[in-house]
Amino acid sequence: MSVSLEEVERVAELASLELAEDEKPRMQRDLNAILEYVAQLNSLDTSAVEPLAQVSELLDAGSTADKGDGAALRVDETRPCLDRKVVMEEAPETNGAFFKVPKVIER
Amino acid sequence: MNVLVLRLANSRFPLGMTARKANARIMRDGMAELGVGTKDLVEKPATIASLREGIASGVISAVELAEQYYARIAAHNPLLNVYLSLTKEQALEQAAKVDAAAVKGEILGPLAGIPIGVKDVLTMQGAPSTAGSAILKGYEPPYDATSVAKLKAAGAVLLGKINCDEFAMGSSNENSAYGPVRNPVDTERVPGGSSGGSAAAVAANLAVATLGTDTGGSIRQPASFCGVVGVLPTYGRVSRYGLIAFASSLDRVGPFAGNVRDAAEVLQVIAGQDPKDATSSARPVPDYIGETEKDLDKLRIGVPEEYFGEGLDPEVRAAVESGIDSLRKAGCEIKKISLKHTQYAIPVYYLIATAEASANLARFDGVRYGHRSAKATNLASMYRLSREEGFGPEVKRRILLGTYALSAGYYDAYYKKAQQVRRILAEEFLTAFGEVDAIVTPTAPTAAFKLGEKTDDPLAMYLADIYTVTASLAGICGVTVPCGATSAGLPVGMQVLGAHFQESTAFRVARAVEAANAI
Repeated sequence: MSVSLEEVERVAELASLELAEDEKPRMQRDLNAILEYVAQLNSLDTSAVEPLAQVSELLDAGSTADKGDGAALRVDETRPCLDRKVVMEEAPETNGAFFKVPKVIER
Repeated sequence: MNVLVLRLANSRFPLGMTARKANARIMRDGMAELGVGTKDLVEKPATIASLREGIASGVISAVELAEQYYARIAAHNPLLNVYLSLTKEQALEQAAKVDAAAVKGEILGPLAGIPIGVKDVLTMQGAPSTAGSAILKGYEPPYDATSVAKLKAAGAVLLGKINCDEFAMGSSNENSAYGPVRNPVDTERVPGGSSGGSAAAVAANLAVATLGTDTGGSIRQPASFCGVVGVLPTYGRVSRYGLIAFASSLDRVGPFAGNVRDAAEVLQVIAGQDPKDATSSARPVPDYIGETEKDLDKLRIGVPEEYFGEGLDPEVRAAVESGIDSLRKAGCEIKKISLKHTQYAIPVYYLIATAEASANLARFDGVRYGHRSAKATNLASMYRLSREEGFGPEVKRRILLGTYALSAGYYDAYYKKAQQVRRILAEEFLTAFGEVDAIVTPTAPTAAFKLGEKTDDPLAMYLADIYTVTASLAGICGVTVPCGATSAGLPVGMQVLGAHFQESTAFRVARAVEAANAI
């Protein structure tokens, strides 16, 4: 399986990345080298193995750590959060209450 | 410079270095054409206990200590490029509070007055957090990471924010948008990465201890390259709140220090459950410092053959084997073990870490914080151009790889497959820890490499993590401790791995290696 230039462009679009023309072949080369390397995983039969997304589920039964089943989630209640003013100060453009962005729909 | 600190230090030389070796190093540094001041670049920080005692008894002023550190930073940071920003005003304010409390005879926090540096991927109020990226240039987070808040509450004097690979993606610190960090031991070499600045800061005594983060080796590998102690706590042991996320199922926050006990002192403060991080563990935090003092009894130490194969530098092997020898002499039972799927760890890691990164880094879009492109004409182009202008090549490469691995048609072949093999790797460790108390390996296959040596070959760079990524995937803990040096004087670190939440055991073993190496 090897990645074509068109696929690099498609994936860049999915990731909302604009790639310069000279970046594309370089990324293609690097992705192919890495994918060729990871292909060694195919030599392992994993048909009977459950995927592992989070290590906390592996921990022993005596643990009170979150096992990924939601049992350790906090109560869903309103609490104070960051002040809007200090958050807005870090934004490129706001009107104080909302973030401003360029036009989404062009007429 | 730094007379007070030097006088208080247990030893003037880096861990494991005799006066003879240190003199040889100073001569070598002196011969290199690196300008003034290089000869005292490497300096061992005083111990936290000695500083704490000095501050509490009034022998040292915390303000004066902080000023000395800022003077040292001013002298050496231009060459080393460790600190990206300094928080002198806040630091001196905190130090003055500590001094005032000491005068009144109040009980001081465990890190009162101790100068500590923080990796720039952790948020700290009143200071920029760039994560080494241009996309966050100038960003000042309005909140403290939990680990940072805990340091402040313990009285630590936070000196500033420390350079790292962009979004913690790299093994050499060369991916920082703000320039590479140089290794204080040999300034033509990298300090390792991604927490290269945090390791270099301790090696050059630009902080007594630092915080770093480790996703695939980013604390352990630079600790090895710079000759300091670095700790990978168990996943869930230290809150990730305020850590600018790279790969959430792998990211950890941990300390660097000049010796094992000091690393335990810092972990003691930052460990514990945090309501703001649902993956943080409710398990009680043991007395790491006390545990570190315990002797080794007859601990069973596993030596996995897969970590000593092809690609391991012979000098690194010799140093690690001498460390293993010292554990044997200390009464440990050394057992050969096999972790036979180890070779699959790098592919699994680079699929899972990049997949998670592609999701985590979607938040950098020019809307709420960070860089927004001036060239954008509509919303979609604003996203694309802001990210194009803000991200460096390695970050883009990983976002693309991660997006590819998660995309329709490839998900099962790459991402799911990697998660399946992740389980195999994790269970292999669990089985091994049924037979041994700790596992020791080299931390990295080589000592520090030269700046620019691997920058054109991403795969070669990824292989620098070959001995560290498996523990990351399994969620277990580890400590890197210096165990010797190459003939060129470059430090070599041994990785001591412990089972989940067995940091105490890893500390005990690391301390024995440290003690043997100091002779």
